[in-house]
Amino acid sequence: MSRPVIRSDRPPRAPARKTGTFLPALQLGADHDLCPGCGEPLALRSLLEAIDDLGAAERTIGVVGIGCYTALTPLIDLDLIQALHGRAPSVATGAKRMLPDALLFTLQGDGDMLNEGLQEVIHTAARGEAITCVLLNNGVFGETGGHMTAATVLGQRTKNTLAGRDAAQHGYPIRIADMLAGLEGSAYVARASVHDAAGVARTKRMLRKAFETQLARKGFSFVEILTMCPTGWFVPTADGPGYLDEVLQPVYPMGELKASE
Amino acid sequence: MSGYAQGRRLAEGSEAMAEAALLAGCRFFAGYPMTPFTELLEQFARRLPEVGGTCINAESEIEAVGMAWGAAATGARAATGSTGQGLALMQESLSELTRAELPLVLFNMARGQGDYFQATRGGGHGDYRHIVLAPMDGREAVELTQGAFDLAERWRNPVLVYGDYLLAHTAEAVDLVPLDLPALPPREWAVDGSLGGSGRARNVNPLGMRKGQKGIDPERFWKRLQAKHDAIQAAEARHVAEQTRDADLLVVAFGSLARFARHAVRRLRAEGRRVGFFRPVTLWPFPAEALARCCRDDARVAVLEQNAGQMIDDVRLAVAGRVPVVSIGGISSDEAAFGIGPIYDPEEVHSRVASVLEPSP
Repeated sequence: MSRPVIRSDRPPRAPARKTGTFLPALQLGADHDLCPGCGEPLALRSLLEAIDDLGAAERTIGVVGIGCYTALTPLIDLDLIQALHGRAPSVATGAKRMLPDALLFTLQGDGDMLNEGLQEVIHTAARGEAITCVLLNNGVFGETGGHMTAATVLGQRTKNTLAGRDAAQHGYPIRIADMLAGLEGSAYVARASVHDAAGVARTKRMLRKAFETQLARKGFSFVEILTMCPTGWFVPTADGPGYLDEVLQPVYPMGELKASE
Repeated sequence: MSGYAQGRRLAEGSEAMAEAALLAGCRFFAGYPMTPFTELLEQFARRLPEVGGTCINAESEIEAVGMAWGAAATGARAATGSTGQGLALMQESLSELTRAELPLVLFNMARGQGDYFQATRGGGHGDYRHIVLAPMDGREAVELTQGAFDLAERWRNPVLVYGDYLLAHTAEAVDLVPLDLPALPPREWAVDGSLGGSGRARNVNPLGMRKGQKGIDPERFWKRLQAKHDAIQAAEARHVAEQTRDADLLVVAFGSLARFARHAVRRLRAEGRRVGFFRPVTLWPFPAEALARCCRDDARVAVLEQNAGQMIDDVRLAVAGRVPVVSIGGISSDEAAFGIGPIYDPEEVHSRVASVLEPSP
């Protein structure tokens, strides 16, 4: 039996109909300006679903840094504080101390957290602040157009390391999750990824555990989420997940680095 | 001592200002030690927990202002501070949280008066203004500290209280009495986490971003802030003037040094010299119209400030070339650079004022 021929170059007889919604709870719309193939909307969706699953939406405050994901904030149906590049953990600390029953999370990229704000996340973890810091790690400054961050892996091409990050000239990437897991103030530290369906599901589970750790007042919790930035990586969009798997993941392996009982 | 300190007591400026902040409802402070600000941090660290508040010993000034930002965003009365050096580190956050319209109170226990530009112009990016209050002594510091929290919330704008080493460390009799201030509107702008999932969640942000609306509208947003700052400028300028009506010479000074200037003016008046005194209480908005009114067309203005010449710019703008303006201040420092220079001496100030007076008839 021959397969039917689909004439895709012909306009459809009727306009496409919307048959369902893929909007997660706590998201006000799906219209955003992030690039096709970007991992950040997936990470955000996992975060919102984890908060919704916990029934914590009416006690949650997010503190958002500066990066591509900042453009998603008009879609987030949660109380938010927009912070500066690097400053989110301190801002979240002040809010949490005033509202100890609230669920406080921060959202930062690797440039935000590891370049501009490295000491803030370390001090916040060391103080054992009961907040959850979420790192969206794609190894580049995405919003500026793909430049090297402290998390860029060796050999990775960026706009200011066109031949690839070279240890002799640019040094080595920072594994922040490993550093934070070694501090007494941290209670839950995990590394996740949104490059495939299993990774997305695991990301949501880890975020949920991080929030539960916070709500149980056990201390600081941290989830690093590897995300795709095909635009900033010089790879075709469709190759983004594969590049993450082959290039980033060996440096930043998935898993729980620290979990309290 | 728990609860509130009230009534008349002998207190150093640092203690008096911290107690005044508690009376005004301050419940959050974050700071990093630095002379001569350190004692203010010590007071907040000791006293805030006793009234159910929080003081964080921040790991840096940059983190201190971030923490205060977060606390203020929840609607809590929050403050931070440092010396000018530490405030220099905070400037990026200060300009941003001004755009986020957060009512934060800042203390600059400055090393002298060299931070006038920093306080009134700001070292941060973009168009923004801070209300700046400059108490002359402990008694006024109690009033202005309380007023700072009220102004900050009323205008949803940071307010900076400009103190110094002398104010911080001089014990004076102060009256710790809560100010009776008009009620303020409810803090509907503040985040408490309660609106998640309602479709009406808040976003306290410095970009004019609104939920459900893509992108930003910076020009409209910044013009609205400009209009607010224009309204503050029109409404909040405050000054103290003494014996200006017939003055041939008007001495302008602010903060602790103004005490010395006022003393010199009173002494010269007693000696029969026609000299007047003008003190801006708000450094921004600068009381320019009041100064212009106090200044006769045939008078001269002498500016006493402990720096290379900063407030003198505002004085010149105020009189707009109508009368001569001369500096009788200048750089004057102790060996530690903590801000107490030889200029803080009644005889010295008297002779500086007298030196620019016309010879007695």
